Amino acid sequence: MECLFGITGKDFTLLAADEVAARSIVVMKSKEDKSRTLSPHILLLYTGEPGDTVNFAEYIQRNVRLYGIRNDIELSPKAAANFTRRELAESLRSRHPYAVNLLIGGYDTKTSAPALFWLDYLGSMAELPFAAQGYGAYFCTSLMDRYWQPDMNLDQAVALMKQCIQELKTRFIVNLPEFNCKVVDKDGVREIDLKAYP
Amino acid sequence: MDKFVARYATSPLTPAFQTEELNLLGKWDAAQDFAIPAFDIPGAEHPTQFLQSITNESSPDYKIKIQHGTTTLAFKFQGGVVVAVDSRATAGNYIASQTVKKVIEINPYLLGTMAGGAADCSYWERELGRRCRLYELRNKERISVAAASKLLANMVYSYKGMGLSMGTMVTGWDKTGPNLFYVDSDGTRLKGDLFSVGSGSTFAYGVLDSGYNYDMSVSDAIELGKRSIYHATHRDAMSGGSVNLYHVTEGGWVYHGNHDVGPLHWEYQDLKAREHALTT
Repeated sequence: MECLFGITGKDFTLLAADEVAARSIVVMKSKEDKSRTLSPHILLLYTGEPGDTVNFAEYIQRNVRLYGIRNDIELSPKAAANFTRRELAESLRSRHPYAVNLLIGGYDTKTSAPALFWLDYLGSMAELPFAAQGYGAYFCTSLMDRYWQPDMNLDQAVALMKQCIQELKTRFIVNLPEFNCKVVDKDGVREIDLKAYP
Repeated sequence: MDKFVARYATSPLTPAFQTEELNLLGKWDAAQDFAIPAFDIPGAEHPTQFLQSITNESSPDYKIKIQHGTTTLAFKFQGGVVVAVDSRATAGNYIASQTVKKVIEINPYLLGTMAGGAADCSYWERELGRRCRLYELRNKERISVAAASKLLANMVYSYKGMGLSMGTMVTGWDKTGPNLFYVDSDGTRLKGDLFSVGSGSTFAYGVLDSGYNYDMSVSDAIELGKRSIYHATHRDAMSGGSVNLYHVTEGGWVYHGNHDVGPLHWEYQDLKAREHALTT
């Protein structure tokens, strides 16, 4: 029932994840942050098997951090995504594969371009201008096909993100009241208060 | 740097218990060795699948029947944390005991609750207690609740899919104040203000959510915990016996007694009748 969204704009990537942590029919927590910051300019959002998600995300987070410390240079979003994809692909054929689906969003400081990657537990990866994970993909990919434009500014991207969340509220049976929204740009990762935008 | 990394790096794909003894030759380290306790794993070709089939209720090979059915709750409020649990143990439709201690006193500052497999909970929380003590001896300070709960989550995560069954809340008071974490055998670990776990949790949540207020007094909070468990035992056949109450304060946890839900029922019935008489 979890949903992730990602939208790239002119010089940033906007990402959002729902904040519900549920177990069977019970909402255990309604303010859970389903993201990990991999490096100053890369953000990872996760959904999937409880337990696997956080474990895998933190494993990736620490290895990307380790690369930064060892080599004194941060991985690009593309490199981090490819590293993550490989870890998932190797895990798939292991005794206990990770069942985790991800969105990796970032800002490439070398090329000054935003980047967004869609990854699933089977080890597929796609670089996309906008993406969704979970049931939200069924409702909102068409919406983003229709309204996404290249070189959107932050206000336009936030408006599109809010439109996606609104669509879930009207058509999706499951109640996902809150979304945690973050933006990655040249200044790094910061949180966006969706309510502060009209 | 790389040497340092190689020494402490373990792949999450090969937990410590799968590491061959030969690979440890010359680099044995007590801290590493005790990182994850090693158990004998069934000699089947796929131990995980084998254990899954034997412990899963819907499996045709279901043989190891684990005790389920419980109501436990804990919530943070202005005065610390209140922990309340029932005391019934069931095995199928048989009540095995009405006097189970479902709050595990890890140490004077940490409490754990027990839902799911009783043996799993007691064993792993005892093991957690040992690790917390080791941490204290090594670092000359008490472990934080966040760290303690993560130790537990990591331990059970390494046995994921092998039939462990536990839903536990780890709570206590550390440098950062009162803390509450939910940890289960999926490897989930959540920080929160209010949790209820077990078959009666939905009933407990109903009463708890409607009566909860962060600024409530200590006596009101303890009463709310007691009442929530009582209502859960009333509606959930697999919960019952008595209510055990704990209050976590800055100076450690305080036990607030064992309350049989039988007499409690009539107490609350009388209260209701008196309230009704007052309004009419």
